Amino acid sequence: MNVLVYLIPISLLLGALGLAAFFWTLKTEQYDDPDGDGQRILSDRWDDNPPEE
Amino acid sequence: MAAPISACPACDAAPLAEEQAGKGYRGNGMEAKRIMLSLPQIYCAACIAGVERGLAKQDGVRSARVNLTLKRAVVDVDQDVEAQTLADYLTGIGFEAYELDPGQLKATATDKHGKDLLMRLGVSGFAMMNVMLLSVAVWSGATDATRDLFHWISAGIAIPTVGFSSQVFFKSAWSALRVRRLNMDVPISLAILLALGMSIYETMHSGKHAYFDAALSLTFFLLAGRYLDYRTRAVARSAAEELAALEVPRALRVVAGQADEQVPVSELEPGQIVRVVPGSRVPVDGIVTGGESELDRSLLTGESLPVAASPDSIVSAGEVNLTGPLTVRVTAAGRDSSLHRMADLVAIAETARNRYTSLADKAAAVYAPVVHILSFAAFLFWVWYSGDWRMSMNIAVATLIITCPCALGLAVPAVTTAASGRLFKQGMLLKSATAMERLAEVDHVVFDKTGTLTEGKPALDALARHKDRDLQVALALAEGSSHPLAQSLTQAARAAGVHPAEVSQVTEVPGKGIEGQWTGKTVRLGRAEWLGANAVGQTATYLSISGAKPVAFTFTDALRPGVEEAITALKAKGMGVTLISGDVPAAVADIAGRVGIEDWQADTLPEDKAEFVARLGKSGRKVLMVGDGLNDTAALAAAHVSISPASALEAARVVSDIVLLGKSMEPLAGAIDMSKSATRRIKENFAISAGYNLIAIPVALLGFATPLAAALAMSTSSVSVSLNALRLKKG
Repeated sequence: MNVLVYLIPISLLLGALGLAAFFWTLKTEQYDDPDGDGQRILSDRWDDNPPEE
Repeated sequence: MAAPISACPACDAAPLAEEQAGKGYRGNGMEAKRIMLSLPQIYCAACIAGVERGLAKQDGVRSARVNLTLKRAVVDVDQDVEAQTLADYLTGIGFEAYELDPGQLKATATDKHGKDLLMRLGVSGFAMMNVMLLSVAVWSGATDATRDLFHWISAGIAIPTVGFSSQVFFKSAWSALRVRRLNMDVPISLAILLALGMSIYETMHSGKHAYFDAALSLTFFLLAGRYLDYRTRAVARSAAEELAALEVPRALRVVAGQADEQVPVSELEPGQIVRVVPGSRVPVDGIVTGGESELDRSLLTGESLPVAASPDSIVSAGEVNLTGPLTVRVTAAGRDSSLHRMADLVAIAETARNRYTSLADKAAAVYAPVVHILSFAAFLFWVWYSGDWRMSMNIAVATLIITCPCALGLAVPAVTTAASGRLFKQGMLLKSATAMERLAEVDHVVFDKTGTLTEGKPALDALARHKDRDLQVALALAEGSSHPLAQSLTQAARAAGVHPAEVSQVTEVPGKGIEGQWTGKTVRLGRAEWLGANAVGQTATYLSISGAKPVAFTFTDALRPGVEEAITALKAKGMGVTLISGDVPAAVADIAGRVGIEDWQADTLPEDKAEFVARLGKSGRKVLMVGDGLNDTAALAAAHVSISPASALEAARVVSDIVLLGKSMEPLAGAIDMSKSATRRIKENFAISAGYNLIAIPVALLGFATPLAAALAMSTSSVSVSLNALRLKKG
C-alpha cells in the first residue's frame, strides 16, 4: 500500500491542474460567446493575428 | 456586455489600456469611443467575418468584435465616428444593424455573478470528483488506517470547498430564515452542513461511514441547476436590455438664441419647447406651437389613419411625427404624461398576476416541511428504540441527504433552459420566469390589430389599376419624401419596375404633401384637402396633375407574416380568438375577415380592452393577450400571460411576459405547444424524483442507507431528470 504515498498526491495534483485550467478559461472569457467560437473555427481568417488587409 | 472579447488580447489591450489611462489613441491623438451595434440577423461564420472585415475597413474604426451569442458587435472607434453611420453601412452591405445605447446595457455586473457561479460550480466539481475517487476506495473495502487516511484527505478537500461553493445556499437560506420563512435552500443548507459535520465527527472517531462525497455532489448538482437557471434569465435579461437600449429616450429642447440641445426626457419641464423632427416619436404631452405635420397615433389609439397637426393641436407622448418638423410646448412630461397615467392602470393589474405561484414553489412548499419532519421523527424514533445517539443521528442525517432535492433542484431549470433556448431560436424571448407555465394554461387569445396583426405599415393597393403616367409621376414625387405613404408607394412602384418621370423642382410642403414641375405642369402628391379631392374612406394619398381630377392611391395595412397560420393553428387547438382594437369598425372588420376572426370589437378605449380581458379572466378563461400599443398595456397586464412584438412601445414590452423578436407571428402556436410539453416534463421530473424518494426514504429510515446508496440515489435521479429535460429538445 506504500504506493499510495505517491498516487494520492499525483491524483490531487492532476485534479488541481484541471481546476487551474478551468480558472484560466474563466479568466480569459472563453464562455462569453459559445456560438461565435463554434463558428469562428470555420473562418479562413487567422484569429490570433489582426487581419492582414 | 463584458469587456471586449478577442482572441488577440494584445491588440485589444493596447487601445483599451490607453482609454482607461485617458491618454487617447496614439495613432491620431483622438480619444477612443466604444459603440455597440445590434445585429439581429447574423448566424454564421461568414457573417462574423463579413461584419468584422467590413467594419475594419471603415475610417476611424480601431477594432471590431462580433459576439454571435448575443448577436452584437462591439466596435472601438475614434471620437468623431457616429454609430448610425456604421449601422447604416452594415445594413447597406446586407447585415441588418441597429445602434444600441451602451448606458442601457448593464450586463457587466450580472455577468460577474454568472462567472462567480461558474467558478463555484467548477470548484465543487473538482472536489466532488477527487473525493469520489477516494470514497470508491473506501466503499470497495479499505479498512482501518487506510480508511481513516482517505476520510481525512476527503475532509481536507470537502471543508474548504463547502465553505466556498455552498455559500450561495447558506446566504439564501439565512436571508429566508431571518424573515421566518422556509425556502428550498434551508433543507439544502441543513443537509450539507449536517452531512459535513457528522462526517467530520465520524472521521475523528474512526467511524465507518462518511458522507463527504454526498455533501459535495449535493453542492455540485444543485449549483448546476442554479447556474442553468441563471443562464436562462441572463439571456432573457440581456435581450430585454437590448430592446430597451434600442430606443434612446431623448428630446430636442429649443433654447432661445442657441442651437437645440439633446436632453433626457426626464429633464423636461412644463412650459419648455421641444422640437420633434419627422420620423421621431413625440416625447411629451403638449401643444403644437409651430409647424404643420401629420401624426401617426396608432401606438396610442390603434387608429391606422394619420391625423393632421398644426399650431394649437394637442399631442401626446408616443405619437409619431410623420412629415414636417413641429415645435411643441410641454404640458406634461415624465411622470405626469399620458404614458405614465397608462402605467397606473398597469400597476393595478400587475399585482393580480404576481399571485401566481410557480410549480417549483408549490413543490418546495410541500417538500421542505415533509423532509424535516421525517428526519426529525426518524431521529426521535431511533433514540427511543435503541438509545444510541450517534446511530440515530447517522440515520437522521442519511435521511436528510438521501431526500435532498438534487433532482428537485434540477427538475425545473433543466427543462426551462432547454425550452426557452428553443423558443429563443424561434424568436420568442421569455422575460418572466413563470411565463412558460402560464402560457401552457392558455385557452383564449386576444389580439390587438394595428402593429400586432398588421405590420403597422401601409402597403399600396392594386398598383395595376393605375395609369403608367400617374405611377411614374407619383414615384418621382414620392421618392424624395420620408412620409410612410410616400415610402411605401416608392417601394411598390420600384418593385413593379416603374421608372420615375422627370419631375423638377420637387419640394415637400410639411403637413400637406409634395409638389413639383412636370412637362410645364404643376404636379402634387398629398392630402385630399390640399388638392381639393374628395377623400376616400381609407388611408390614401392623392395625385393631381395641373387641374386634372385627382387620382387616389389607396393603402391597406399589410398583415404581419405568419398571422393567418398562427390563427388557424390556434383555432385548430380549440382556443377562443378575439380581435379588439381602437380603430374604426370598417378597418377592424376588414382585417378580421382577412385573418378569419369572427369575434371582433372596434372603437375600444384602453380601459375597455383591459376590462374585456379581466372579464374573460373572471369567467375562468386563461387569456393570452397579444398587443403592442400603449392602449394595450393595461390589457397586457391584466391577461394571464401576454406577448408583445419587438416593435412595440417600451411600455408594452415591459408589461408583457414574452417578446416576439422576429417579424413573423407564426411561432405563436408552436410556443404554446412547447410550453405545454415543457410543463409536462417539469411535472414528470417531479414524479421521477418523488419515485426515487419513495424507495430511498424507507431504506434510510430503517437505517440501511450507506454513503454508497446515497451517492447512487443522488446521481441516478439527477441524471435521469436532466435526460428527461433534454427529451424536449428533440420534440
